[in-house]
Formats: sequence, structure tokens, C-alpha cells
Amino acid sequence: MAKTKLTRNGAVEKKLIGLADLVIAAAQQAKDPTMAIPIRALSNVTFNERKGLLEMGKKKQARSFFNVGMAKKFMQTMLVADALSELQRAELTTSLREIYYRTKHTIQDSNENTFDTQDESDPIIEDLEVSLAALREELHVRAENGGSVVGPLVLGDDGDRVDCAKLGKGGYSVPSIVEPEYVEIRRCTADFVLLVEKGTQWNRLSEDKFWRRYNCVLLTGNGQPPRGVRRLARRLHEEYRLPVYVLVDNDPWGYYIYSVVKQGSINLAFESERMAIPKAKFIGLSSADPERYELPRNVGIKLNDKDIARAKELLNYQWFQKPAWQEEIKRMLASGLKYELDALANKDFQYLTKKYLPRKLKEKDWLD
Amino acid sequence: MATHKPRTSATKSDSPSKKPPQLPASKKSDSRVAPAVTAVEMGARQREISVSEFFTKNRHLLGFDNPRKALLTCVKEAVDNALDACEEAGILPEVTVQLEVVAIGTAALPPASQATRFRITVTDNGPGIVRQQIPRVFAKLLYGSKFHRLRMSRGQQGIGISAAGMYGQLTTGKPVKIISRTGPKASAHYFEVQIDTKKNEPLVHENKQIEWDRPQGTQVAIEVEGRYQKGRASVDEYLEQTSIANPHVRLIYRTPEGETKDYPRAYHELPPSPKEIKPHPYGIEFGMLLKMLQESKSSTLSSFLENEFCRVPPALADEMCKAAKVSPKAKPRDVRGAIAETLYHTIQATKIMAPPTNCLSPIGEKAILSGLYKQIKGEFYTAVSRPPAVYRGNPFIIEAGLAFGKAPDSATKPEKQAVPLAEGEEEEGDSELARVIRYANRVPLLYQQSSCATFKAVLATTWRNYGISQSRGAMPAGPMVIFVHMASVWVPFTSESKEAIAEYDEIHKEITLALRECGRRLGLFLRRRERAASEFRRRNIFELYIEEVVEACNRLKGGKLPTEKLKAQLQKIASSRTGGIKTDETLGKTGAGPEGLPHSIIVTAEGIEGEVLPVTASVEVVAVEEPQSSADSSRTGAKKPKQRRGKKKTTPVAPAPSAPKKSVSVKKPASKSRAGRTVHRPRTRR
Repeated sequence: MAKTKLTRNGAVEKKLIGLADLVIAAAQQAKDPTMAIPIRALSNVTFNERKGLLEMGKKKQARSFFNVGMAKKFMQTMLVADALSELQRAELTTSLREIYYRTKHTIQDSNENTFDTQDESDPIIEDLEVSLAALREELHVRAENGGSVVGPLVLGDDGDRVDCAKLGKGGYSVPSIVEPEYVEIRRCTADFVLLVEKGTQWNRLSEDKFWRRYNCVLLTGNGQPPRGVRRLARRLHEEYRLPVYVLVDNDPWGYYIYSVVKQGSINLAFESERMAIPKAKFIGLSSADPERYELPRNVGIKLNDKDIARAKELLNYQWFQKPAWQEEIKRMLASGLKYELDALANKDFQYLTKKYLPRKLKEKDWLD
Repeated sequence: MATHKPRTSATKSDSPSKKPPQLPASKKSDSRVAPAVTAVEMGARQREISVSEFFTKNRHLLGFDNPRKALLTCVKEAVDNALDACEEAGILPEVTVQLEVVAIGTAALPPASQATRFRITVTDNGPGIVRQQIPRVFAKLLYGSKFHRLRMSRGQQGIGISAAGMYGQLTTGKPVKIISRTGPKASAHYFEVQIDTKKNEPLVHENKQIEWDRPQGTQVAIEVEGRYQKGRASVDEYLEQTSIANPHVRLIYRTPEGETKDYPRAYHELPPSPKEIKPHPYGIEFGMLLKMLQESKSSTLSSFLENEFCRVPPALADEMCKAAKVSPKAKPRDVRGAIAETLYHTIQATKIMAPPTNCLSPIGEKAILSGLYKQIKGEFYTAVSRPPAVYRGNPFIIEAGLAFGKAPDSATKPEKQAVPLAEGEEEEGDSELARVIRYANRVPLLYQQSSCATFKAVLATTWRNYGISQSRGAMPAGPMVIFVHMASVWVPFTSESKEAIAEYDEIHKEITLALRECGRRLGLFLRRRERAASEFRRRNIFELYIEEVVEACNRLKGGKLPTEKLKAQLQKIASSRTGGIKTDETLGKTGAGPEGLPHSIIVTAEGIEGEVLPVTASVEVVAVEEPQSSADSSRTGAKKPKQRRGKKKTTPVAPAPSAPKKSVSVKKPASKSRAGRTVHRPRTRR
């Protein structure tokens, strides 16, 4: 395993050094050093209906050095590339924030900083991922440990055996890199995977031992699930053929989280192939639920202007064109209200565990 | 100023309503008007109020509301008087202001910031005051030469200095001490006077001839209760601003902390002496007209109109009489009632030429520039004098000036110690707002800024048009001092303490026009500077980043890169892409170092059209006018002969004779003042 890692690293390092070669070659020919960076925006994303995922298009953006508007970004890109290659050589992994600090310094003879905030360095790392076609893990950059898992699942992590059924209600913190080289799934006896948007509701389910009674793996990403959580769900789905159900708030952001799990995100469309779970199901909270489960109107929250605008955007996305989805979103817009998962506590503290999910699973009441 | 009249007419109607309470029956009215008073008793209490008594009680009206302000007002009144006197006598003023802490009783001298009692001594080199007048000038309210004439002067009402003396008398019980000498051949007189507040008459405590080391001039010493604080609206600020608007004045200030500040003379020419004018018909009110009609010595109405007003030639006077259906031969005394009213309205409706403007003495663009340059450190100065305008028959002139930027030496300092900024940190000093310095007849106005017409006009000007940021309803942002001066025979103040100029439409309009002109010139300057800087930055960006990119490439290649070669190659591309040599030229032309800017630029009315002159003057040598006057001579053929400028601390050499008439009067005090200064002992000898 160590061997494969090394050769792959060599490839990534070569790609990074390629950037320096690009500059040198351009300088020799007295040309403006220019790199092409795939565009990460809706305009450069297509929905592959056959595969059921988002794919990145071929549109690219030129980033040249001798252009007043791009000069700084070009310089920053070179600095980040340098830092990443340093990681490769030293065989270390690091966080986005550490990259920011590593590359930040004041430019000589001026009082200008190479980077002022992390917001400047993060997109550059994504730019490099895309343009070098290297995964973030391959670049040795990890995100925060953003999620938790609990359930009848045994993992191997750095040689340690992690039994996710014996980790109390806190569960196992999902690392950002869960590729087989780093995390190994030794055994899984669950029947399905339940991916919960909110940590609070995941805690509720974990505390109530829902996973034991319904034999499932409980996953949460605390909001928009990070790559590690998505990748773990995908691996369970792929390697153990487990169906994946997504439980989110009933608002446009919840819908989008579901769609990211299912088809991939616009920003990271190049990773869909590896991350998306086209067969994932939307289990709730649906805009039909308040009526079906008799949630009083007063636990709803009025949709604000941003919510409405976002919902209308979703209506136009190609991957939300199924009639059931159009109906779902339009129903929410018509009611003018959104509901949080937490609102279920209005009926009973354990309503989610004891009534809502059991009935959903029994009635197979989900959206595809 | 009218005294408060006793309410004799009111007592009759008042008394019946107040009588009933004598009947004990109604409790309600009893509680309302507790001690019943008869008309007789009330009448016994009613008596005349003297002006002095009135102002003793209402001293805030004159600017003595609190100890700090009172100290300033006293200094201000004394200095204003000194300057007015000198200028009227055609003497280049040299004024010494001394503030001393005075111990109370036997207590030790407190430090200046803690002290509550001060002695203010103001000495000038003016014409002096004749002996007989001294007591009344300093110890009688509403006595003076300035109220009854329409002539531009600092003081207007004749309250100032005597009010200061009265305040001193009220708070410390000490008399005002005056030394005055009308010339080297006359002897100096020493007076100690107080005011009899009941009669508004001077009380002379001491009157003797003394030896005085000054050949001519006046010295006033007042002891007052006050508070000395620096900063906004302080004595220090007042004197500094005075020196800006009066660059022809040499001002020496001895602070209570023992420091001596010397504000040297930067302009060696007296402002032209303003002429006195008669009132303009548009400027008077009906009641005023009635009074003038009654008091007139003219025998006919038409000669009355002709003699008492300006801009009324005989033909026009007859015409107005005809239009008002009054005989031009009528006696002015007989014109009253309805006829007078018709006459008044006819006058207002007649088209009359605007009043003459030779009664005004503007500071002048050059003098403002040199004043600003002398006292304020900046990169760009400009000044505008508007042509005369008229409000309510009073001619006035608005002048505006602007000093922008930081002094080149202070601006470079922070850059040298540049500390790399942390996340979330910003460059400091960006939030600085412009400061307005306001003047009326050359006197700085320090209080009530927000209700002043000048301040409002600054706010109402859209500074964004000139490249200055300005948030809604706020002052423009930036290191900037805005100077506004109103010169008029009668400045309309909002109160007796003369703190803010009232907002007449005509005044507002003129201020706005002057400010816009300043703004336009500033905008031009800023745009030019910006253009040069952006060109420079463009080049600079690449140069800075090339270093970084080359280093990054070198590290990526494992440190085996011929970095110098790569750098040279990239630099070559950079220079070919940023206009190459052409840029070098424009940058070199403006004398751009890393700061990218020449030290200061002065734009005058003559020189906006592409001829902004860079002045590479160091601050020590007052060289503002040199490039200016040389530019003058080259462009406009030298309107005024060049003047020789002294360095900061040297005594002024007698200026080149520009107007022979004046040079005599200028020379004299200059030599005298030199003599006076070497020996100066401002305290009186007993």
C-alpha cells in the first residue's frame, strides 16, 4: 500500500513542477505565462442523466501573469503549488488553513501580503485540484473532521480497529480522507445508511439507539456534508450495496444538500464520479410532512427572500426536473414556510425516533 | 442694542386678574399665584436695567458660558481689537499674547492644566489710544467706533473688550490694566479701570504716566477665571487659525506652560484698508428707515435718499419719490405712516445698483495660500476668492481655501516602519475626516460649527465628484483642511457671541461656489496624482510578483534554477507590456520616488490649465511664493512685483516698494518692532 501511495505522489509532484516549467518556457519565448483553469461554476456543469451525476464541462479560464487583474492570483497559485509540492516531498498532510499560513508572507520591499485571508488561498487549492486533475487527498490536503458515524460498522484506521457500535453516543469522527489506503471497512452488517443533515438530530437518533433497532449506519456531516462523509457513504453504498437515505431540514438548503449527496456539487463537479450516490433517497423533511404528520403551522418559519430565490433556482436545475420534485418545491413555496427537523420535538422529544422515521420507512415514503 | 424696558403698559391689564387672590375663598387660585402683589408693589420693583447688568446675568450671550470658553473669548476680543487698530492705522501688526497662571491667595502656583485663574496680557504695536478715551473703551459696554459705520472690521458691536474686562471684574474682582502710548514722542499712560455695572460707566482706579519700553502701542492685561485646555476651540487653536487667515500678522504666544510660540509673518503687505460705506437701500428695514427719516439733517426727501444711502444718484432719488407719490421736496421728518411705508416698498421694488465693494478687504488668494502653507502641512493647497456679492444690501466676499494631504515627511514615516498587517487589520488613519476652519472678517470662529452657514455648505457640497469620499450627511473624508472666510461690512452672526454665520441664501450660494472651485482643483490634482501612481503601481505589481514567482519556481524545481536569468526574462516581458520607456518618462517627469509624488503642489486661479506646479520646497524655507511668483511673471507678466521672502525666523526685511504710499508706513513699525522685541518686558513697572 505504501508503494502505491508513493508512485501516485510522484505523479502529483510532477504535475506541480509542471507549473514551474510552464513559467520557464514562457519566459524563454518572451510570452506571457498562462495557465488554463477549468471553470467551477454552473455554466460549466452538465447533468449526465444516464449516470445520474453532475459532470464538469471543458470550459477553461486563462490565468496569465502579465495582466494587472490576474497577476496576484497567478503569483498566489505558484506559491500554493510550491507549498503543495513541499508537502509531497515531506509526505505530510495538512489543512487548508495551514496552507494559508504557510504561504502567507509580506512581499519584499512593500507592505503587501501574499494572502490577506484564507478566502484567497482556498479557491486556489480547488483551482489546482481541478486543473491538475488531482484529488485533494492526493494533494495531501485534508479538511476539518466534519462528521460522525455510529452503527454496526467496523473500520480500520491507522491499524486500529474501530467498532462503530461500541463508541457510545458520540460515535467515530469521520476523517476527511477515507480512501481505502487510509480507512479500511472491515465489516458492515447494517441494512441501510441514514445521512442526517444536523448534528443535533443525529445525536437524538444516536442517543435513542435508533441504529440498533433499525440496523443502520447513522452518518452526519453537520450541515453540508464534507468530502469524508460523502465518500464514506458512497463506499458503504458501493462496497456493501446499502441504500442511502438522506434526512434534512425542509428548506431549499436541505434540498440542495440532498442533491449534492446524490449528484455531486457544482463547485466540485469533477469529484462527482467518486462522491455521488445517484440512488440516494430523500426521506424527509418533505413539504408534505407537516400535513401528514400534523405539525402545527406555528412551528414553521417564514421563508425569507433568500430562501425563495434559492428555491426558484433549484426549480430550474436540470436534476430537479422530476415531477415529484417540482411538486415538492412548489408546495414549499406555496405554503411560504420552512420546517426544521428539530420542530418535530413539538410533538414529543422522541417523535423523530419513535414515530416519524419508523412510519417513513414502513410506508417507503421517500423521494428519489 | 436696546435695553429691556420696564413693562409699564402691561401692569394695567395684569393687575385686575391678580387682585382676586386677596379673597381667601378660592384655594385654587391661591396656590397658583401664591403671594398676591398689587400694581403699586409691582410698580415699585420695576426699574431700568442697565446693559452691563443685563450682560452680567446673560454672559453666555457674549461667549462667557464656561471658564474654558471665557478664557478664549477674552484673548479673542483683545487680539481682535489689537489687529483692527493696527490695520486701521496702516501698521503691520505684531501682537504678543501672554497667558499666565495666577495663584489664588497664598496658594502655590498650580500647573496650567489645573489652574482656574489666569492673567491675559495682549500687547500690540498699534496706534495707541488717546488718554481720555482709554477708560471708556475698556470699561463701558457698547462704546466704540465700529458699530455706527458700515466698514469691514473684526469687532462690530463695541461690546467685546469691555465685556472681557467685566467678566474679569466679576470673577476675580481685579481691574483691567492698560498701558497705551500713541507714539515715541508721547508718554505712555497706565490705567486701571473697572466698570460700574449699574450705570455702565468706567471707574478709574489708577491713572498715571509711566515709562514704557515700547515706542507705540497698547497693552491690556485682564485677570480672569478660566481654564486652559489644548485641542479643539482652545486659545492655541484660535491663535493658530488667526495666523492662517492673517499671514501679515506676526504673532507671539507665550503659553501658560512657559512655551513661546512664534507665528512668523508670511505676507509682508497690509491688506488694503477697507472703505466705509453708507447703507444700501436694500439692506434696511422699515423701522430703520423711519428712524433715519426722523434723524436726517437733509432738507428734502430726495437729498435725504441721495445722502444717506449709497448707490442713489439724484435722478434715481426723484424717480423713487415719484413712484411713491411723495414730493421730492417734502421734508424727511414729515414722511411717516402710510406714506413712509409706500416709500419703503417703492425703494425695495426699484432697481438699484449693487453696493460698492471697496469697503471689503478680502484676504486674497495668495495670502490664504501662504497662510495655509505656513501652518498646515499638506501636499496640495488652493485658494479661491469669489467676486463680491450682496445679501440684504450688505456686500460680502467669500473666500475658500483647501489644504490637502499629509506632509511629505510625516507621510513617509509610517511607511518606513511598515509592519506587515495581520488578518482583519487595516491601514490606520483612513477614517480621518476633513476639518473646517471658519472665519468672519479674518476672525476664526471656533464654536457652533454645525449651525454655521460655512459648515453646512461644506456638507452640502458633493465632494465625491472631486475624488474625495464622503458618507451621507458627513464631512468629506481625508486629510484635509477646508478654509472658509466671509468678509463683509456686516457679518450676520447667529448670536452676539459671534460664533456662527447665519445662512442667507446668497451667502450659502457663494460659499458653495467657492468650495466647488476648490474641489475642482483638488479633483484635478488627485486625478493626476492617481494616474501617475496607478501607472507606477502597474509596473510595480509585476516587479514585486516576479520575485515571488521566480522564488516559487526555483523551489519547485528543487533550487536548481538560474533565477537571475528567469527574473531578467520576466522583467523584460513586464516592461514591454506596461508601456516601457514611456512610463519611465511620465514617472520621471513627476519626480516620482517610491512615494510617487512631488512634495507639494499649489494651484492658483491662473494656473489650473495643465500648469500645476510642483513645489519642491522643504518646510523650513518658506518658498511657496517663489515658484508661484516666478510662474506669475512667466504667465501673466507679473501682476505684482516679486516680493522678497525672509526665512522663517528672521525679522522681515522691509519689503520691496510695491506701493510707495504704503512702504513708508510698513517700514517704520518693522524697524521699531525689532527694537521692541529685543528688550521686551511686557509687565508694567511700578
